[in-house]
Amino acid sequence: MLRLENVTLCQGTFTLRAELEVPSGAVVAVIGPSGAGKSTLLSVIAGFLAPISGRVTWDGEDLTRLPPGARPVSVIFQDNNLFPHLSVFQNVALGIRPSMRLSREEEARVRAMLARVGLDGLENRRPAQLSGGQQSRVALARIAVAGRPVALLDEPFAALGPALRHEMLALVAELAAETGLTVLIVTHDPEDARRIAQRTILVADGIAAPPVDTAALFTDPPPALRAYLGT
Amino acid sequence: MIRALPGVAAALAVAGLTLGTLVVVALRAEGVARLGPGDWAAIRFTLVQAALSAGLSVALAIPVARALARRRFAGRGVLITLLGAPFILPVIVAVLGLLAIFGRNGALSSVLGWFGLPPVQVYGFHGVILAHVFLNLPLATRLILQGWLAIPAERFRLAATLGLAPRDVRRLLERPMLRSVVPGAALVIFLICTTSFAVALTLGGGPRATTVELAIYQAFTLEFDLGKAALLSLVQVAICACAAVIALGAAVPAGFGAGLDRMIARWDAPRGWRRLADGAIIAAAAAFLLLPILAVIADGLMALGGLPAGVWKAAGRSVLVALTAAALALALALPLALLIQRAGRFGGLIEPVAYLSIATSPLVIGTGLFILLFPVANPVALALPVTAVVNAAMSLPFVLRALMPALRDAEAAHGRLADSLGMTGWARLRYLLLPRLRRPAGFALGLSAALSMGDLGVVALFADPAQATLPLALYQLMGAYRMDDAAGAAVLLLGLSLGLFWVFDRGGRLNAAA
Repeated sequence: MLRLENVTLCQGTFTLRAELEVPSGAVVAVIGPSGAGKSTLLSVIAGFLAPISGRVTWDGEDLTRLPPGARPVSVIFQDNNLFPHLSVFQNVALGIRPSMRLSREEEARVRAMLARVGLDGLENRRPAQLSGGQQSRVALARIAVAGRPVALLDEPFAALGPALRHEMLALVAELAAETGLTVLIVTHDPEDARRIAQRTILVADGIAAPPVDTAALFTDPPPALRAYLGT
Repeated sequence: MIRALPGVAAALAVAGLTLGTLVVVALRAEGVARLGPGDWAAIRFTLVQAALSAGLSVALAIPVARALARRRFAGRGVLITLLGAPFILPVIVAVLGLLAIFGRNGALSSVLGWFGLPPVQVYGFHGVILAHVFLNLPLATRLILQGWLAIPAERFRLAATLGLAPRDVRRLLERPMLRSVVPGAALVIFLICTTSFAVALTLGGGPRATTVELAIYQAFTLEFDLGKAALLSLVQVAICACAAVIALGAAVPAGFGAGLDRMIARWDAPRGWRRLADGAIIAAAAAFLLLPILAVIADGLMALGGLPAGVWKAAGRSVLVALTAAALALALALPLALLIQRAGRFGGLIEPVAYLSIATSPLVIGTGLFILLFPVANPVALALPVTAVVNAAMSLPFVLRALMPALRDAEAAHGRLADSLGMTGWARLRYLLLPRLRRPAGFALGLSAALSMGDLGVVALFADPAQATLPLALYQLMGAYRMDDAAGAAVLLLGLSLGLFWVFDRGGRLNAAA
C-alpha cells in the first residue's frame, strides 16, 4: 500500500497537501486543473521533490529520504522517456539494471516482454526509428520488467491520437493486472480516467484528495472539478 | 550522481599548471628594477600593437560583415565557413603566406617592380600588425556578422516598408548593434594579440617590434637569464589578466559558432553603387585572406616530395604531441565538466579555474615548468611532453565550452529518467552522458589537436633543433632561407592540422544517433 501521511510541499508560493492511501495493485487516475499540482504530487512520490513535512511510505517502509533510483517506483514522463542513442533492447534492459549487465534469464525476460507489448523483432532499433505508439510501448515494457511495484505515469500518452491513446491505456491496464503493478496515472481527460481507473485522486485548491470511485466522482463532481470540466 | 573526485583532481591539476607555475615564476622573479629600457619598449610595443591590431581588425571587419549580412551570392556559405578556419590555421603557415604575398620577394613587390617601384618590407612593426589583422579579421567579421544576424528580420522589413535610407538604417538599427558588439570583439582580439609570440618571433624582433612573450623567450635562449624571464613573465600575466578580466565582462565568442550562413531576407539592401561597393569589399577581403594561403599551397605542393627526412620526423613528433595534447585536454575537461554540472549553482565557482589559462600565457607556464624541472631533470629531454601539457592547458577553455552545453542538455532532457532508473556513476556516464557528448567531444578533440599541431610557442623554449616539432622545424627552415622547403613543410603542417581536426570532428558525428 502506498501512503502519503500528512505530506505538505511548497514551491515558491504554491503549496500542496496530501493525506491519502493507494492500495497495492490499484490503478488510480490523478485529475485536476492545470497547475493544480498533479505532476508535483508524482514528483514527491518519485523523489524529485522533498516535502517540507510528512512521509511517503510503501508497505510501511519510509521512502521520504530515499533518492529516486532507490525507491520502488518507476516513472513515465510526458516526454524523453527513452534514451535516443540506445537501442530498444538497451532502453528496456536499463529497467532491470542500470549497468545493463544482464544474466541470460534476464535477457530472456526483456525479450519476452518486448514480444508481449508487440515489439517483436524491433530490439535493435533506435527510438527515432519507431512510431510514437511504439515508443510508448518500449517505456511500458521497461516499467513492466523493472520489478518496481509502483508506476507513476505523468500524462504519458498526451502526444498520441485518441485511438492510439485508448490502445495504450488498455495495455497499461493489462500489464498492471498481469504484474500486480500499482499505477498512478495523471490525465486531463475524464474519459481516460473512466476507461482505466476504478478510483481517482482529485488535485485541486492545494489539496490532493484521497482516491474516490471514478464513476461517482464524475456523476456528482465537487465544485472545483465542476469548474474544470465546465459542466 | 557522478563522483566528484576526478573532477576535483582535474581542477587541482589545472590550477597547479596555471597558478602553480605563476607562483614558481613569482618566487624566481627579480625586482622590477631589473627591467631595462628594452623591456619597457617590449611592454609598450605589446600594448600598442595589440590595441592597433584589434582596432584595425574590427574597423575592417565592419564593412565586410555588413556586406556579408545584406548580400546573397554563390559561395557565401563557403566564405563564411572559411572565416572560421584561421582558428586552426597554424600561425607560422599564415606568416609564410604573408611573406609570399607581401614579402620582399613576394607577389606584391613583383607587381610594384613592373612600375619601377621599390619592393615592400614586411618585417618589423607593420609586419606584426599585418599578420595580426590577417589572423583576426575573420574572427572580428564573424563576431560582428553574428550581431547583424541577431537583429530581427522584422526590423529590416519594417525599415523597408518605411522606405528608410541606408543612412537611417545605420542610425536606427546598425549603430546600436555595433555599439554592443564591437567593444567585446575588439577586447577579445586585444587579448589574443597580447600573447602574440610566433608572429613577433618571425616578423618582429629588434627594439621596435618585440612583444613581452618574445622578450621572455630571448631572456631564456639568448641571455639564459631565468630571473629576468620570470620577471617578464609576471609582467605578461599582469597584462593578460587585466585584459582577460575586462574581456570576460564583454561577450567572448563561443569559438566557431554555427548558423552564421543563415541568410535573412533584406528588402532594404541598397542598390546601385553600394551594391558594387559591397561586392568589391567582399572580393578584397576574400583575396586578402585567401591569396596568402593559396600562395603557400602553390609554392609548397611542389616541394612536398623533396622535403628532408628531418621534416617528416618533426611531423611525426608533432602528430604525437597533438594527439597527446588533445587526449589530455579531454581527460581534464570531461571530469571538470561533470563536476561543474554536478555542483549546480556552485559550478560557477569551479568553471573559472578552466579559464585560468586564458589569463596566463604559454611562455609563462613554460617558464614556470622550466624552473621547476631544471633542478631535477633535463628540460630539453622533456620538451615534447611539456609542450603537450601546455597545449592541453591552452585548449582547455575551448574544450570545456564545447562540452558544457551538451552536458546540460543531456541532464535537462534525460536526467530525471536516469535518476528514476538509479543510473549513477559509471552507468550514467556510459549510457547517458558519453553518448550525448560524442559530437562536441569529437569537435573539441579536433580543435585541440589542430591547435597543438600548429603551435609554435613553448616548444621553442625547450627543444633542441634535433627534437623540433613541425612548426619549429618550419621556423628553422625559414631562418636558413630555405623557402622552398619551408613552403613544403607549411603545406604538410596545414594538411596535418586541418586533417586532424577533420578526422576527430568527423569521428564524433559518424554513427552518432540524434
